[in-house]
Amino acid sequence: MRLAVEIASWGFMLLGSFFTLVGAFGLVRMPEVFTRMHAASVTDTLGVGFLIFGMCLQAGFGLVSLKLLFLLALFFFTAPVVTHALAQACLHEGIKPQLAEDRRGMTGARPTDPDDGRQPS
Amino acid sequence: MRYVSLAGLLFAFWLALSGHYTPMLVTAGVVCAVACVFAAIRMRVADPEGHPIELFRGAITYFPWLFWEIAKSGWSVTRVILHPSLPISPTMTVVRASQKTAAGMATYANSITLTPGTMTVGVSGDEFTIHALVRDGAIDLEGGGMDRRVSQFEGAA
Repeated sequence: MRLAVEIASWGFMLLGSFFTLVGAFGLVRMPEVFTRMHAASVTDTLGVGFLIFGMCLQAGFGLVSLKLLFLLALFFFTAPVVTHALAQACLHEGIKPQLAEDRRGMTGARPTDPDDGRQPS
Repeated sequence: MRYVSLAGLLFAFWLALSGHYTPMLVTAGVVCAVACVFAAIRMRVADPEGHPIELFRGAITYFPWLFWEIAKSGWSVTRVILHPSLPISPTMTVVRASQKTAAGMATYANSITLTPGTMTVGVSGDEFTIHALVRDGAIDLEGGGMDRRVSQFEGAA
């Protein structure tokens, strides 16, 4: 039983390390800031998630695991806010995403962004 | 009711983080939790937006669903990153959010951003501007599956 938990724990931590590595790799491979942020989001969802789950298995059922889960919750609530702030800052600076397709005018919705002048069209 | 639940939650958080259960520290925890609630009331953040107890029941099924979505799209983004030809097709689109409350809309916007491959870059009124790594991600969001799931979560309580 102890061995099985140990194996599962290391499996999850290796999986988390793999996704963290993939995120870092994507960060280097992607062409510009917006696509890079997508690569980074693999790290701070799957990477962090599996690592913390693996650590919970190591720690066993107790306060340490609970604190690790608080940490995970903190990540999951702050990461989107940071991503959103970063994307907004880029748009305000006038950095235009390179798009393969712009569907903003095609969905029947009005393009009513307050940043219209500075956003790519 | 909302204040009592907020105080209880803060006290539980205190207990979990401290790990010491001597009468003196537990009393200090109670005092701190109550003081924090009063501060929150004064700051006007102890409202349905700051402490959405209405959403707690829906969260029990919503978060597992969201984790599964994150795992699925995380895997597809991983495949894109590791693909030798890097097959990205960045797409921007606008989707409409059908949630009624601010907390519901924030949940939807954050869920979009949390799932790898899509992110919310702007909000105006009930419309979100979305940036997606591949075209299919944007099309999926336009289909509104996640929007309906978040609205269901919002209405579950």
